[in-house]
Amino acid sequence: MQKIGVFVCHCGTNIAATVDVLRVVEAAAKEPGVVHAQDYPYMCSEAGQALIASAIRDKGLTGIVVCSCSPRMHEATFRKCAERAGLNPYMVEIANIREHCSWIHKDMEEATQKAIILARAAIAKVHLNTPLAAGHSQVTKRALVIGGGIAGIQTALDIAEAGYPVDIVEKNPSIGGRMAQLDKTFPTLDCSACILTPKMVEAAAHPNIRIFTYSEVERVTGFVGDFTVDIRKHARSVDMDKCTGCGLCQEKCPSRKTPDEFNRALGTRSAIYTPFAQAIPNVPVIDREHCIKFKTGKCGLCQTVCAAGAIDYTQSDEIVSEKYGAIVVATGFDTIKLDRFGEYAYDQSKDVITSLELERIMNAAGPTGGHLERLSDGRMPREMVFIQCVGSRCSDGRGKSYCSKICCMYTAKHAMLIRDKYPDVNVTVFYIDVRTPGKNFDEFYRRAVEQYGVNYIKGQVGKVAPLPDGRLRVSGSDLIDGKAVEITADMVVLATAIEPDPSARRLASMLTASIDTNDFLTEAHPKLRPVESPTAGVYLSGVSQGPKDIPETVSQAGACAAKVIGLLAKDRLTTNPCTAHSDQLLCNGCSACANVCPYGAISYEQREVNDHGVRGERRIAVVNNALCQGCGACTVTCPSGAMDLQGFSNRQLIAEVDAICR
Amino acid sequence: MSIDDRDFRPVIAAFCCNWCSYAGADLAGSSRMKYPAEVKIIRVPCSCRVNPMFILRTFEKGADGVILCGCHPGDCHYSTGNYYTRRRMASLISLMEFVGLERGRVRVEWVSAAEGAKFAETMNEFVEHIRALGKNTRLEDLRCKN
Repeated sequence: MQKIGVFVCHCGTNIAATVDVLRVVEAAAKEPGVVHAQDYPYMCSEAGQALIASAIRDKGLTGIVVCSCSPRMHEATFRKCAERAGLNPYMVEIANIREHCSWIHKDMEEATQKAIILARAAIAKVHLNTPLAAGHSQVTKRALVIGGGIAGIQTALDIAEAGYPVDIVEKNPSIGGRMAQLDKTFPTLDCSACILTPKMVEAAAHPNIRIFTYSEVERVTGFVGDFTVDIRKHARSVDMDKCTGCGLCQEKCPSRKTPDEFNRALGTRSAIYTPFAQAIPNVPVIDREHCIKFKTGKCGLCQTVCAAGAIDYTQSDEIVSEKYGAIVVATGFDTIKLDRFGEYAYDQSKDVITSLELERIMNAAGPTGGHLERLSDGRMPREMVFIQCVGSRCSDGRGKSYCSKICCMYTAKHAMLIRDKYPDVNVTVFYIDVRTPGKNFDEFYRRAVEQYGVNYIKGQVGKVAPLPDGRLRVSGSDLIDGKAVEITADMVVLATAIEPDPSARRLASMLTASIDTNDFLTEAHPKLRPVESPTAGVYLSGVSQGPKDIPETVSQAGACAAKVIGLLAKDRLTTNPCTAHSDQLLCNGCSACANVCPYGAISYEQREVNDHGVRGERRIAVVNNALCQGCGACTVTCPSGAMDLQGFSNRQLIAEVDAICR
Repeated sequence: MSIDDRDFRPVIAAFCCNWCSYAGADLAGSSRMKYPAEVKIIRVPCSCRVNPMFILRTFEKGADGVILCGCHPGDCHYSTGNYYTRRRMASLISLMEFVGLERGRVRVEWVSAAEGAKFAETMNEFVEHIRALGKNTRLEDLRCKN
């Protein structure tokens, strides 16, 4: 019989306000095997832990139950505490009477009754706990960063600087990401490329960084410290080693009608191309879908003009398999599609553009050479309207429920830059709220209003209608004056909501990392572990985790790198001892378990067994504890009930069931 | 509805996978959402750890409803666990209906770690449904009664 101690936490008033803690203690004390039960205001505090430790020692407890917050919060704390007191850490069970009880119920009687039942279930389970020993696994001292935007570059640089090798995988032909597309950055109006490209160069030149561009992650297996990742290097059709980056091929390419992704399809590019002048690597790729040689077999001009002989039409995709200890997801964002927002006439008029498109128009390397002009007729606009929250904070299901966070600031930036360069252009901004928390952000917005005379109207735009003369009628409302507003504009700019890059969902499945309803990756804890995924060894950097601006992205990238460095600095990791094991006497070697195991952790051995006194050899399932992650799929599949899971055994779970139904 | 029905407090067990649904339940709690106290959560590493036998056992011991929550298909922490759950539970639920258990006493829901609101809504709905069905008498093991 176990000697069990029960410790009930008040959590200040978080638990005690709705659960009568003393009654839980009394009820627990009456359960079989419970030799010690007590309450304390903060069990997780040092004093609380000291109480637990001394009870373990003084009463010789063989198992403890802590009735407190979620095991996701403090299970590790109490396990360590038990271990310090000489009790096996896996003889600890948590009854979650905060998140699953006191915080969701108002009625004290009801909540107390439920807390007693939850405590009873945990006591019933701990009776059947067995001491477990964690194993160890090795750490591959190399990190993978998926995404080569500012988030990925910064994370990679920080990890590389600490002395660990890092690989960056970027699906585009160049690293740089969204930041490379921006013209200026708020709130300092730095030129985006001027601050980004030195970082790109630094990453490319760093001895610890390898960059795979035009590449995608194809498959991920393994676990923290020991991931194996297959990377598909798309055929570039250009030899990276031979190419000198002279650009002659791009100049001569006769296929020039492909929409230029980098310029948000506002211009066109050649079929052999580098996305932008400062591209890293400065090696073009052939877009086989649009290349005349690949489409018709005729042409081959690029190969003829290439003095270095770098063009190779026979290249094929290559799969590289690498081992990593940690994986960082930095897949960034895109703007949402506007097909559900017909009222803004985005599809009807070339002069209704998104803010990211304006960013390209304002950029000297963009489709208009940096001149502000209407895309329909090339004329300079006189009247510009900016519409905020297009698809952000959207409650009708057409857009996103969240705030995209960056739009208020970049719109202030655009308005300010336009008024500065073209003082004759009138700028009006329709907004729901102006949100400018951030260092020097509100001052920046005030400058746009006070110094540059940007006209801010609180209100939403109901309709943008193209007029016969090519101008646009913007009908909205002014909520402060309570009046309808109508402006005839030459150009309308939509602050379009941002969403995670479409690759994030597929990647999350591959990494078994959780993702929220908006496809942003979920943190291990929203406040305390914001750069880690709940999946060990997977880290989050940049907008893949949630909307954020450049300074925030860079800080998060640094935080993410620190976590990765912390992992890579370890020589070995303790593994989860809650693994499956098969009962030799019951197993008949049928292979059902091995077929469902996602980790290939089950193999078979011929073993000598004693069947009711008859000695013989039999095929028996054997679980590799280093590979088993403890999902339990095999336990249910096993037809003879030979497979069981340590820490969540059949008997333990049934004991919980029985306690709840008692 | 008779007075007895209104006083009926069903016994409900919710098996929740550690990575998505248990975290979703935590989020429901930390967001102070409300759902009935009848729901008692049992933590399992993955929804695929739940043997249909556990569900039968729960009914045998007098539960009125059992709900199993896991990660959304495709999002399983263990890659494929919830696919097994989906198949197993489809068979189990079909069998339960075959033997005459009222429809809806066993339910499977996918709740992610970010869906605290969905967790609370699901539990509210489920408890409401079980209250409407009344006490589970068809699968209760009378031998368990004193």
